[in-house]
Amino acid sequence: MKLTVGHLYPEYLNIYADRGNIAVLRERARARGHEVEVTGIGVGHAVPEAIDLFYVGGGQDREQALVATDLERKGEALRVAVAGGAAMLAVCGGYQLIGRFYRDRAGAELPGIGLLPLHTIAGERRMIGDVLLDCEWVGKTLAGFENHAGRTYLEPGAEPLGRVLAGFGNDGKSGYEGCRDGRVYGTYLHGPLLPRNPWFADRVLADALAHRAGEEVELTPLPDELEAAAHEVSAARARSRGGRY
Amino acid sequence: MLLRLELLTARLVAGVSRLARRGGGTTIPGKLVSKVHPGAVDQLAARLPQGAVIVSATNGKTTTAAMSAHILEDRFTLAHNSSGANLVSGVASTLLATPHAELGLFEVDEGALPEVARRLQPRAVLLGNLFRDQLDRYGELELVAERWREALVATSEALLVVNVDDPLLGELARDYDGPLRTFGIDDRTQARPSLQHAADSKFCVVCGRPYLYTAAYVGHLGEWRCGGCDRSRLSLDVAARAIELHGIDGSSFTLATPEGSARVRLRLPGLYNVYNAVGAAALAGALEVPVAEIAAALESFTAAFGRFERIAIGDRGVLMLLVKNPAGANEAVRTLLEAEPPPVAVVALNDEIADGRDVSWIWDVDFEPLLAGLDRVVVSGGRAAELALRFAYGGLERAKIEVVPDLERALDRGLELVRPGDELVVLPTYTAMLALRGILARRGHVREFWERAA
Repeated sequence: MKLTVGHLYPEYLNIYADRGNIAVLRERARARGHEVEVTGIGVGHAVPEAIDLFYVGGGQDREQALVATDLERKGEALRVAVAGGAAMLAVCGGYQLIGRFYRDRAGAELPGIGLLPLHTIAGERRMIGDVLLDCEWVGKTLAGFENHAGRTYLEPGAEPLGRVLAGFGNDGKSGYEGCRDGRVYGTYLHGPLLPRNPWFADRVLADALAHRAGEEVELTPLPDELEAAAHEVSAARARSRGGRY
Repeated sequence: MLLRLELLTARLVAGVSRLARRGGGTTIPGKLVSKVHPGAVDQLAARLPQGAVIVSATNGKTTTAAMSAHILEDRFTLAHNSSGANLVSGVASTLLATPHAELGLFEVDEGALPEVARRLQPRAVLLGNLFRDQLDRYGELELVAERWREALVATSEALLVVNVDDPLLGELARDYDGPLRTFGIDDRTQARPSLQHAADSKFCVVCGRPYLYTAAYVGHLGEWRCGGCDRSRLSLDVAARAIELHGIDGSSFTLATPEGSARVRLRLPGLYNVYNAVGAAALAGALEVPVAEIAAALESFTAAFGRFERIAIGDRGVLMLLVKNPAGANEAVRTLLEAEPPPVAVVALNDEIADGRDVSWIWDVDFEPLLAGLDRVVVSGGRAAELALRFAYGGLERAKIEVVPDLERALDRGLELVRPGDELVVLPTYTAMLALRGILARRGHVREFWERAA
């Protein structure tokens, strides 16, 4: 099958190796005989139809503010696409922007597009370090790196991406990290996330394929020895030196 | 005054620490004296009859400072932190070790610049560039720029020697009240076809519109103007013109200054070293060194430790290029591709504090052109597996990747893979570079970095 990934604001939100995540999706699709086409969706561009997976990366505060108003204009089209079964992965700044709002230190609010039931409030101290999550909903772990001043608060009933085994997570207190709703995933974990967490890369890929095919698609397993080794080192880093609030 | 006794103590510690081979006494004495007497650095610096100059940048500060030292050392007795100990403690240690220096010449960490500038009250500040680097440690780029801006307000007597090809620094220069000497590259024939992926500072700090480049040279350094407002690169006081790149053997260019021009041959490769040389020349010119003398000194300059350093090991050689952030690593890759692309390389990624604990930056480096020519890569360091993934997803066959986390074993494996007479390319991050040089020093191939002649 041919998948289309819509990469939102690649010029602005690309700070933490977001192209690594894209490269992993492309390569893991190719290994299963599928093709991935990546379309950049920039400021002022219309949201194309027939996108199977939207990707939103992280940016510095300034870049994030530069795209927030444009994203608000795209909000309706994105909500329609997601309601139609398109998948989305939003990392760091992108994660904040797909919530309800982001309130900065001065109290000013950047609007979000409300794809995930959460909001973010800028905090004093940045939460920086290695992170390890237990994703009980699949019985697997995610290892990554976080660097954020925003404290993200999930609304009651919202599903986190994982329980924090080591690191800060959404707000440094709740013990949870990220959020997921159907095929929409948001997380602070960069590093980048997908190379060393191949099961999650495949999960996102399978969601995108399901949107394209109209039914669940089975992915054959890949050897993933290097991936497992990298995951192990990253997880060990989180256990030994991940952030504590 | 207690200062005298404290200084004696600290010098004693430096001697002991050097004997104990725990880093050449480059920071411990300074830490000690700062602890006992926090104002000691200020007082030590105030004793320098010719004052102090400081050099900072994300990339190239060690090389630029070393070039400046090489130009200036015939005229001044220098206090120069050539070992790369570039925090307040390193500056203090250097001042302690050189009581008879006339001029202080200090490479300073980007984050430490405000404090060092406040304490030293330098006569000149050279700012080379700002790239995205170790976000986990320094914070976002504009935050660093903002701290620099504040530091400059506190030293407004100082001459600001500044690379205005960097838009963020250009804006700092525009707002600076004190004396100014701008530098940059003025040779559109050397422009890159497009901005690299790792380019930072792509949007105007005033109006938010993208910058447009008549010529982009290194990362986001170049001849820029804003597409939305009236901002553009300031005019250059000191410039490199008519540049010829001679592959990995070096380059030549015309150094144009208000005091005159000279043709310079540089033994270090790449446009990024042209930037370092022009910066050092602009600084030296401001200290009244004649252009001919500057050009002669630059011609005889060889690399600072670990920065394009060539080391002979029996019938083979090692070419070591420090990599530490996307912009710098891209230049290292580009330099290597100026010659026959290497078939073998050792790449070492550590994630200690000095390397940055966040290793995501390796995914923003354009390694791909290098991968095409590689038969074998040995990945090493604490995050070797992460590098292996970077190369695998970058398109290198997994069978060509060897994961050897131990640095010494990786080095030996690399040497085994190159033929006699050939050179092994080694790309280490900062602490990996120090460790590898330590191994080579132990085996008698290089001197320890703190023993290197300036």
